[in-house]
Amino acid sequence: MASHAIDVQNAQENYLEVKGRWSGILSWIFSTDHKRIGILYLVSIAFFFIVAATIGIFMRLEQLTMGPTLMKPEVYNRLFTLHGVIMIFLFIIPGIPAILGNFFLPIQIGAKDVAFPRLNLLSWWLFMIGATLAILTLFLPGGLPDTGWTFYAPYSIRTGSEVSLAVFAAFILGFSSILTGLNFVTTVHRMRAPGMSFFRMPLFVWALYATAWIQILATPMVGITLLLIIVERLLNIGIFDPTQGGDPILYQHLFWIYSHPAVYIMILPGFGVISEIIPTFSRRTIFGYKLIAFSSLSIAIFGSLVWAHHMFVSGQSDLANIIFSFLTFFVAIPTAIKVFNWVATLYKGSIRFEPPLLFALSSIFLFSIGGFTGLMQATLPINVHIHDTYFVVGHFHYTMFGGTIWALIAGILYWFPKITGKMYNKKWIYGAWALMFIGFNTLYGAMMYMGWKGMPRRYYDHLPEFHTDHVIATVGSWFLYTGILVLVSTLIYALYRGAKADANPWGGTTLEWKTSSPPPLENFEKEPVVEHEPYYHEEAIR
Amino acid sequence: MKNIREIALEEHHDFVGAKMGMWLFLLTELILFTGLFILYAMYRVRHAAEFHAAATELDVVIGTINTLVLLTSSLTVAVGIEALKRRNRKLAKWMVLLTVLFALTFLVNKYFEWSAKIHHGIFPGADELLSRSQGEIIYFNLYYAMTGLHGLHVLVGMGILLWVYFLIARKPSEKVVVAPPNIEYLKGAQLIASKGEQESWVIDEIKDDVVEVEVVIKKDPKKAGVDIPNIIKLENAGLYWHLVDIIWIFLFPLFYLIT
Repeated sequence: MASHAIDVQNAQENYLEVKGRWSGILSWIFSTDHKRIGILYLVSIAFFFIVAATIGIFMRLEQLTMGPTLMKPEVYNRLFTLHGVIMIFLFIIPGIPAILGNFFLPIQIGAKDVAFPRLNLLSWWLFMIGATLAILTLFLPGGLPDTGWTFYAPYSIRTGSEVSLAVFAAFILGFSSILTGLNFVTTVHRMRAPGMSFFRMPLFVWALYATAWIQILATPMVGITLLLIIVERLLNIGIFDPTQGGDPILYQHLFWIYSHPAVYIMILPGFGVISEIIPTFSRRTIFGYKLIAFSSLSIAIFGSLVWAHHMFVSGQSDLANIIFSFLTFFVAIPTAIKVFNWVATLYKGSIRFEPPLLFALSSIFLFSIGGFTGLMQATLPINVHIHDTYFVVGHFHYTMFGGTIWALIAGILYWFPKITGKMYNKKWIYGAWALMFIGFNTLYGAMMYMGWKGMPRRYYDHLPEFHTDHVIATVGSWFLYTGILVLVSTLIYALYRGAKADANPWGGTTLEWKTSSPPPLENFEKEPVVEHEPYYHEEAIR
Repeated sequence: MKNIREIALEEHHDFVGAKMGMWLFLLTELILFTGLFILYAMYRVRHAAEFHAAATELDVVIGTINTLVLLTSSLTVAVGIEALKRRNRKLAKWMVLLTVLFALTFLVNKYFEWSAKIHHGIFPGADELLSRSQGEIIYFNLYYAMTGLHGLHVLVGMGILLWVYFLIARKPSEKVVVAPPNIEYLKGAQLIASKGEQESWVIDEIKDDVVEVEVVIKKDPKKAGVDIPNIIKLENAGLYWHLVDIIWIFLFPLFYLIT
């Protein structure tokens, strides 16, 4: 273990044992401790993930055969909407920042908590209220919305399904996201420990910082767009309704002004996690620290300027198409900078191959496939050909699932011993990885292939020529789902029966590894003083 | 021995942080309205003549009165903040109350303005409105959406100001708290003794050659009657109120003065 790790074992009660004003479940749902709130998010978000993944399995089962076997077209429409809404708004946008960010951002900068602990708890409550409202649509007469997660006008204004409530739920979830972002920015500016200058911050913190800014700047835009859908449905204030002089294309613009930067809300924290894992398991400092830090910011900036590439076939002007296509290519540059720097960090490092590194490297691999196919779609002529096909579905699952969720899993595996004080069974994790990796590529690889051949997305049925591809994809989904269940069960088992973990099982160098596992209530025995850059390895462990 | 920063954190007294959070929140509010302003701009470019024609139907007099009311209310809340900073609780209370009254005046005016329009059949979805040109329909739809959302913000602002009013009106606590400029100024200082109403602090981060400075903080009996955290709360409430004001400053010419 790193020699300068301060041994504070058993010196102070850890955050799981501390007795507060409340006990039992109340000690969690009313806790303002950022660590407990992080775990609240972990449990609730993991639940929604499993729900939405199960919906995905049912959609795949429908596609196993031709014709309406398992469900009718309307049901299929509602299911892919619900799958999208849950995965986007309830899982992947809050995902890494709310779980790992909440838990580790304060610890990594040497703070006791976030800047506004009560606001932090409010964010979680808003999140749960939003989630409840979204699920409530299931039991109302109109039923689940059938618009797709994008709620495009004018269909979202006309449909009889419960769009108003679902959209209001998304608005509340956006508010929760804004408050988390606001909290993180203020925390980074105000709560850093002595000596923790901006360029000594771990790269995970940098990524969260850039993400928090997108959350603050972009989310209100979708907020107002969604509010307008509600007033248009309830009060008939037509803003996007063509019969009242409105323009549905403007809805798409406003929607994507948020929702494209939102994909960087999803992926940037994942990059941050990878930037933590790579130096730890290579036993050397990160290559190109500043470039990685700034590339997060420049992804945030460029990513905000490319929204209309979702609208190449919407009928917007050719000039707009060309400009947005051109700008989209720019996003690849800071992203590639990160990937090259990670690879350069691994080069001649003293690599220790452990589950977190395995998942982090898989994440880079899968994201690269997603990224390159993204560039294909940024190319105007190709985009027209593959727009709204399974190619797009395959592409964004490679980026979002392959990039973000694999990074999230890598992060959970990396920090699991710190959060719980327990170590999991690594063999089972490797098994889960194999199932997931095979299943993932079979499922989404097949999707990309059939999309390239012309299979349109969001259809509940398919033509005979796509049948084999659909069968392959569905079989892949079973592998993937089984892998996820094995992973989750292994971690839950470790929670109860796992071996006790050290304060620093991986030889990490950032501040969270210099406190006990699990950390005490106020994170450190005494306020840490930072003297080195974050990935300073005093001695390489071989 | 505690660091002042730690004390400030424990008591949630990071005033700079609180203000930073508020500014970030105001930024999100601005962007919320930006969406509407973008829509306004796009539709106005397409239907310039119809926008001008529709604008003549709004009552410029009521609009002007409301603008003056809001501008004055910004003044009163600013005076209130300054009064509280100077420990004049009574004046601050009156000023905040006055601000709330101005807000109410604004809403009452708005109510009469809207009801007159609705009486004439100009409201979203009305047959009278839908029989007009598309540019006019979208103008009035935007008018209701934007002034409606702004009105909602006036209502929220009123609520916040009333809440702060009751905080200020409460009897202040007896506890001695270091004033905010001092906390910022004394960053890195250590509390070495605290006795009754007098506290001693030792500072170690002023200049290299200064080793020790003793600062004695005494409660001024005349000025003691203010809870320091209330100052920042009122200041943040005031910031929010200025935002409500500034958005109206843009709405007023865009809807009333483009004839």
